Amino acid sequence: MSARPMRWFWFSSPHTFFPLAGSIARICALAAAVLCVAGLYVGLFVAPTDAQQGEAYRIIFIHVPAAWMSMFLYVVMAFWAAMGLAFNTRLSGMMASALAPTGALFTFIALWTGSLWGKPTWGTWWVWDARLTSELILLFLYFGFMALKAAIEEPRRADRASGVLALVGVVNVPIIYYSVKWWNTLHQGASVSFTKAPSMAATMLVGMLLMALAFWMYSIAVALTRVRCMIREEER
Amino acid sequence: MARALDAARSLVRRDLLLALRRKSDVGTALLFFVIVASLFPLGVGAEPNLLHAIGPGVIWVAALLSSMLSLSRLFADDHADGTLEQMLLGAAPLGVVVAAKAAAHWLVSGLPLVLIAPLLAIQYDLSASLIAVLTLSLLLGTPVLSMIGAIGAALTLGLRGGGVLLALLVLPLYVPVLVMGAGSVDMAAAGLGAQSQLLLLAAMLIVSLAFAPWAIAAALRISIE
Amino acid sequence: MLEAIDLECERGGRALFRGLCFELAAGELLRLAGPNGSGKTSLLRVLCGLLAPVAGEVRWKDEPIRALREDYARELVYVGHAPAVKDDLTAAENLEIACRLAGNPASRAEALAALDLMGLARHDVPVRKLSQGQRRRAALARLALSGAAPLWLLDEPFAALDSAASEVLERLIARHAGAGGAVVYTTHHEVGLAASLVIEL
Repeated sequence: MSARPMRWFWFSSPHTFFPLAGSIARICALAAAVLCVAGLYVGLFVAPTDAQQGEAYRIIFIHVPAAWMSMFLYVVMAFWAAMGLAFNTRLSGMMASALAPTGALFTFIALWTGSLWGKPTWGTWWVWDARLTSELILLFLYFGFMALKAAIEEPRRADRASGVLALVGVVNVPIIYYSVKWWNTLHQGASVSFTKAPSMAATMLVGMLLMALAFWMYSIAVALTRVRCMIREEER
Repeated sequence: MARALDAARSLVRRDLLLALRRKSDVGTALLFFVIVASLFPLGVGAEPNLLHAIGPGVIWVAALLSSMLSLSRLFADDHADGTLEQMLLGAAPLGVVVAAKAAAHWLVSGLPLVLIAPLLAIQYDLSASLIAVLTLSLLLGTPVLSMIGAIGAALTLGLRGGGVLLALLVLPLYVPVLVMGAGSVDMAAAGLGAQSQLLLLAAMLIVSLAFAPWAIAAALRISIE
Repeated sequence: MLEAIDLECERGGRALFRGLCFELAAGELLRLAGPNGSGKTSLLRVLCGLLAPVAGEVRWKDEPIRALREDYARELVYVGHAPAVKDDLTAAENLEIACRLAGNPASRAEALAALDLMGLARHDVPVRKLSQGQRRRAALARLALSGAAPLWLLDEPFAALDSAASEVLERLIARHAGAGGAVVYTTHHEVGLAASLVIEL
């Protein structure tokens, strides 16, 4: 029995993970606060006024990072669900449950800020195009995940059942991401991509990325704190 | 292999036989479909243009809801009298068994809807070509609904509040099917041709036939423990 | 043939049993004893492969049953608490379907013969109309057609049976063991079977 496999699973025991989670959570919380201040500063004061939309566009610094987080967190949640199903570790299930409320929150923020942005720019609070509809479906998927987990009393069955649900729903995420490419919709096309140069001013991009990082650090901090609470509850 | 297919075939036949002996269950879902689709003109007013526009969507939503009505019983009846465990211990792999159950569900709760839909479409004054597109979209879409719904039924097996929870889990996954299905008729009505939507529905059908049995089997094993 | 290694099972957070080991050879009978709630049904379900144990494994002919899946399921017959019959079908139809599902199709004549053996005369009425004891007989009739499956796992098979039916069942089990099969059963009654192995939970 070599030492290498042991090390991978060393932190999969809730007991050993508890202190590590605490330190990571503290660091990420601090990073989140700093990045958030920096991002908001860049977004609200440094980035120039948009030629077409004026000042209303600044909500993009919350809206886009929140939308990115909503999809990213779902994929991470599905990843932990898959780990839990494959290796039958209790901690993976806890990670997935811890991420769900935060993911749902960001989905809601994305939808709400999008709505606030849509009113002055498109003239409507809501439109049923592909991207908005699939983001709404994502919110319901998060709710379904949390509802299923809450409905099952036995923790192991709850983890595994909601894990299967999360994996079935993960198909939705690429649909959201690529929906603006596949269908002509009212929602604007992707301005930021990994392959091409961005089609927006550099400072706007910096602001968005800072906020995205801030949200990411926040998610890690909050999720790990939740996991610590769950570990504590189980130990009682 | 032959035994597995034989077992699957006898399972489908068994479910059909049970449905025949319990005609009231089948009738209820069908009646629900007809009632819901007939309620809308009463609710929104009988203006022909309006009905013409909402018809395909209403029929699709009604089909979706009535298909969902019978889902909670898909595995629950078998679980209660112990036959579900025998299916897990049978000669056929669980994926084949659940596919057979979902297929029987479609034959009992989906296919009748497809056959009755043209009559309901007449209530909404849809032209013959639109009725054809609607029926085809339902024919392609309702099996997908049965497959996806079976995942939800397997996950919520034996849980309190099962019916509502099942709806919450399954409806978000139904939305793409609904959008494509109703959208195909809308496209045809606009003269743009329904091929893309129908092809996407066919793709969804193939993907769900390929992957859903695995998910249903996994969910069932988890619920049975 | 059947081997249990270090089985551990829990229910509702409580450990039912730990470190359970036994070996069952062909022709042997294993009786599980213990009060209600001691884990007899859970152990049977672990042996079937329906329930995954928290620790340990079950081996059939030296292969872990988790790897064997359907191949293992084909070699066993499990009769649980619930009679596993559909209320709306007749006893004969239920029996035929059960055998088909298990991959061991039986003809109508064989099914009727099995039902007669178990003393069930009314085999063309829906099971809904039968009494509890008659339902049990309908469920157990499957054993008469399951000689090909070496392993029988029976959970409280003698419950709700009168003495005549119990004797028939005892004879079936003894004959199966004599032919080289293995039977694991639980019972609260005194039965005329000499168990080779008894496990107290």
